[in-house]
Formats: sequence, C-alpha cells, structure tokens
Amino acid sequence: MSTTTKSNSVAPAVPAGGAAEAAYSPRAVVEALQRRLRSGELGQLPVILGLIVIAAVFQSLNSNFLTAQNLYFLTLQMVSVGAIAVGIVLVLLLGEIDLSAGSVSGVAGALLAVVTVRHGLPDWAGILCALALAAAIGTLHGTILAWIGVPSFVVTLGGLMGWQGLQLWLLGPQGTINFPYNGFIGKIAHTNLTRPVGWLLAAVAVLLYLASGLLERRRRVRVQLPARPVAGLLARTVALAVVVFGAVAILNAYAGVPIALVILVGLVVGFDLVLRRTRFGRSIFALGGNIEAARRAGIPVNAIRISVFALASTLAAVGGILAASRLYSVGQSSGGSDTLLLAIAAAVIGGTSLFGGRGSTYSALLGAMVLGSITSGMLLLSLDTSVRYMITAAVLVGAVVLDSLARRSRLSSGRE
Amino acid sequence: MAREPLLSLFGISKRFGAVQALTDAALDVYAGEVVALVGDNGAGKSTMIKVIAGVHPADSGTILWEGRPVTITKPHDATALGIATVYQDLALADNIDVVGNLFLGHEVARFGVLDEITMERRARELLSTLDVKIPNVRVPVAALSGGQRQSVAIARSLLGEPKVVLLDEPTAALGVAQTAQVLDLIERLRDRGLGVILISHNLADVKAVADRVVVLRLGRNAGEFDMATATQEQIVQAITGASDNAVARRAKAGSTATRGSTKGARASGNGSPSGEATGGTVRAEVQE
Repeated sequence: MSTTTKSNSVAPAVPAGGAAEAAYSPRAVVEALQRRLRSGELGQLPVILGLIVIAAVFQSLNSNFLTAQNLYFLTLQMVSVGAIAVGIVLVLLLGEIDLSAGSVSGVAGALLAVVTVRHGLPDWAGILCALALAAAIGTLHGTILAWIGVPSFVVTLGGLMGWQGLQLWLLGPQGTINFPYNGFIGKIAHTNLTRPVGWLLAAVAVLLYLASGLLERRRRVRVQLPARPVAGLLARTVALAVVVFGAVAILNAYAGVPIALVILVGLVVGFDLVLRRTRFGRSIFALGGNIEAARRAGIPVNAIRISVFALASTLAAVGGILAASRLYSVGQSSGGSDTLLLAIAAAVIGGTSLFGGRGSTYSALLGAMVLGSITSGMLLLSLDTSVRYMITAAVLVGAVVLDSLARRSRLSSGRE
Repeated sequence: MAREPLLSLFGISKRFGAVQALTDAALDVYAGEVVALVGDNGAGKSTMIKVIAGVHPADSGTILWEGRPVTITKPHDATALGIATVYQDLALADNIDVVGNLFLGHEVARFGVLDEITMERRARELLSTLDVKIPNVRVPVAALSGGQRQSVAIARSLLGEPKVVLLDEPTAALGVAQTAQVLDLIERLRDRGLGVILISHNLADVKAVADRVVVLRLGRNAGEFDMATATQEQIVQAITGASDNAVARRAKAGSTATRGSTKGARASGNGSPSGEATGGTVRAEVQE
C-alpha cells in the first residue's frame, strides 16, 4: 500500500561502511575540508593564519620581534589571560557568557595575598582557599542562572562589580600586598624547566600523541571500523613535533620553558580531552547545540550549567594566581581593567563561537597568543596603549564578524 | 486481528482547565502495524500522544500494555514499558555528530570516558539494519538532509529497544524525496514487528504507509478505517464531521489539478521546494 511514495526514494545506493572508508582517502579529505570551509565550519584555521600574518608584519617592522627573548616574555605575558580564557571557552560552549571572570581572578589573588602574607597561612593552603572561593562564586552564579533563570549576562555583570568590591574590601585601605620574592607563589611564574627536562617533556608529548593515535587505530581496525590511514597520523605527528620542539627550542634558547606555560598548556590539553572524550564534555556541547534536546535526552541540564560556571570561575582564579605570581603582588587593579575583555577576546579570536556549541580550549591558547603578540609588537614599536586598544578591538571585531559570517553560511546551507 | 494488542487505551479523558481535550477516546496498537492518528487541529491527537508518552497523564481511562493494566504518569513510565516517542521538533543537537546524537544521554562510557569505538560500531549496526544511508556517521548532524536527520531521530528512539514507537508529524517540513525516505523507514519499523503510532496531517503520507487510521474529532473517536478499503473522502468526512465541507468540495473540484503547498523546506538540506500533491491534505497549521 505504500508503493506510491516508495518509488520516490532517491537514497544513494552506497552501503554505509564502504562510503565511510572512502571518506579517508586523500581526495575525500580535501573535499571534506572544502565542504567545511564553504559551510562555515572554520575552526582554528583563521586564527592560525592570523598569527602567521601578525608575526610576519611585526618582524618586518622590528627585527627583535621573533627573537627568543621577546617570544619568551610574550609567552609569560599571555599565560594568565590564557588560563582565564579556557574557562571562558567552557562557558561560551554552553551559549552563555561570564563577565565576572576578571573580577573573580582579582578577588582570588587578593584572598591568596591576604591569607598567606597577612595571616601567615602556608602558600599551598592559600592557593586552595583562593580556588575554593572561586569555585563557590561560580557555583553561586550557576545556581542563580540555572534555578531562577536569570540570564548569565546579568548574573555575571553583577559578579563583575560585586566581586571587585569584595576584592577592595579584602585588600583594605593599604591597597597593595606584595609576595616575598623567594616564596613559592612568586616562584610559580618565575621558574623555568631546565633545558633537558623541556626537551624530554616535548618528546613525551609527541610520543604520547603518536601512541594514542596508533592504539585507537588498532582498536578500530580490530572491530572493523574504518580507520584513518597511518600516513595521515604520521603527518600530524610530524606537524605536532615541529610545533612543540620548535617552541621548546626557542624558549630554551633564552631561559627554558616556563612552568607557567606548562600549567597553561596542561589546562588546555586537559580540558580539551574532557570536552571531547567524556560524558561531561559531550553534555556541554549538547547544551550549547540544543538545550531542549539535551533535556529530553535526560542530561542533568542544571547540574552541568552550575558545574561549568564553577569551573570557569576556578580557572579565572588560576589566572589570577598566575598574574599575582608574575607581578609578585596583588593590588586594587588586579583582575580589573582589560583582563576580562582580553580573556573573552582571546576565546573568540581563537575561534570559539559566541553562539554556543562550537569551539575548543585550543582557541584560548591561540587567541591569547594573538593578543600577546599584538601587545608585544606594539611595545617593541613603542606605540601608545591607545593604538594597542584600537588594534586589539579591530582584531576582536574581525573575529566576531568571521564567527557571524560562518554562522550565517551554516544557516543558509540549512545547518542550524 | 484476533491477536492481543500491544497497547490498548480506552475511555481516555483529559481536561486542561476549561478545555475538554479528550473524551472517552480509545486507541489500539498491534505489533507489526502502523496506526495513523489523524484529525483536525485541536482534535486531541497531540494530547493522546502525550497521554501515552506520560507527558500529560490522563484524568480517567484505562491503559493496557500487553493485556495488563498499567499506569503511565511520567515519561519514564512509558520508556520503561517500551514506548519511545519521536517529537515533531527534532530532538537533535546540530553541532554533535551522528554517533553522538544517537547515544546522547545514554553514552557508552567507562568511568565517564566515552567509548567512541563501541558507540560507533553499534550506531553503524543500527543504521544499517534500518537501511538508513548516511555517508559518514562522524559528521555533525547539521550537515545532514532533513530526511536523514529525521531518520537519525527515529533510529535514536530505537536504542532502548522499544515495542511501540510514537511518531509526531515525522514528515512535516520535509521535501518529497526526504518524506519518502522517512516513510520507508516507518515501514521497516513495522517489518521489525514494532507497533507504530503515526500522527500526520498529510493524508497522502497516511495513505502510503498506514495499515489502519483512527480519526479523532473534538476529542472523541470519529471513526476507524482499514487503509486497504477506505477512501480519502471517507477519512476527510470523518475528520471534518460532514460530507459537504470546504475540503471535500476542493478535493472533488481539484481531483485533477493539484495544489502546490508552500510549506517551508528549510530542513531539507538540498533546498528543494516541497510541492506536494495535496489531494486531501488537511493542514490549517502545522502545530496545534
């Protein structure tokens, strides 16, 4: 009785397995790339191109830009913003925003200074206090958002002012608290790995990547799933090795790999694995993609939202501690002014969508590198802060325009 | 059909405030058959589905599951019995790939770490037994056509191994070819021995795939037809409650000429306009 419509079926007569195997042939890879670009799935491509352009421009204007020394300090400069931006990426993936990240980084630094320097708590306990305070703050934001339904923009805008107030109150009339130069907290951002350890770490990272790729491939082959060709894996491993060993070579040429950078890269890689490989991470993407679908699928929507806001604030505190360590002090302006804007800009410039559900923690690292490069280049050219702000703004707006255009082309190709 | 129905509802009444949505309504579903539930907007189709799915429990009435009386008061009760619901607005996350969507909320994981390989293998098995053709199960659902997306949504409901599947307007917003894909899939569900309840406004689809049609009108049963013998006019008459009405007149006058409906083909991916032969389509609005 269904013959009338059945004859209309135009489904391709390719079996699912065969087609997917063909999906990994070199030509198919190129075609898939073209399709992604056309349909607005840009990922990290624009920011990588942007970094190359920025480096080329500054190097041509001032030959000191690509020296080991400059790149070393550029790296240290971006670590704090990068850590905050990792948290911002998590929140953006939900399709929400956290405007309190800067203030939370400041109040965490202030609490750390007050309990360790004024009240003589051990450094590790102070760090735990700072992280715990931030986690509590994030939980509060998330709870107000999830249970009462106040938009995240408003909740965290309140946080932006409120936690800065708490920071000023904690610091008291004295205003600035200095950390001892030889203390643990001061050393976090002023210690480098010895050169052999830096090389060793790079080698371990590359080998781990290769090993996990081969292992995954073997497991797929064993259950007869289509697997990527080994050549592709080797090519990606070589590319990774060039980047990682290149970075270590540059940093070792000056002073070695800073511990602070290892912390940032650890956060980026760790949270990337959490996002892509765990049930929690999958739930975050589901909430950002279609919150109603997530709810119907039985995902505990509110618990996920609260925990993401708690994580974002905790990461902001990590950024605050790194900043405090780098400056050996916490003051009334710590975490203020442009900290928040730089962190959000880093996440967005790095390719995480403002519209939720698309992005990766690597965009925090790449975006922070772009902003760090601009700042460093401007300093080398001894340009004024005013110019730096305007250029940073142009880059940020450019990134958001790209994100919006990509979204529009996804919409027009019926993909959202 | 002397067999016992899988799911049997009778005497179902449901009131929302001042509105009597269902009055003494009844519906049977047997294993291996497609029952179409049709009716005009506000006839109570969606309420009936929600009663079965446990979204809005009935005020009164009896539900028999494989002959045993059961109560369904929340969605979990329905799922536990073996009733899966595919809602009209696709419950898919566009940014997640096909495998991820199929297992959304029920991921295979060890200590919270996803076992992608097991999930991909099971996804491929499921899609190939349903003969759903998707070139690459690792592309985001956003990259699929409307028909493929609806197929994924239906396949997703089958992971819990249900016995009855409720489909709420599965072909709304689909083009002609896409609709055919979904209708094929519905037939495969029937061939697997599932009981399928299909809500549709589109009598052409109903005619194509249903074994039996149950008509609701103003919250009451208004007729039941065997698709093999019933005519479109009989069904339209039952839906509208009169033999002489605008739809019937149009159907008569327009039986040679067909009217192209301009229903949005947004989700159809290839952007093909879905001009349908709507000989007796009753579609005042898509949603009621």
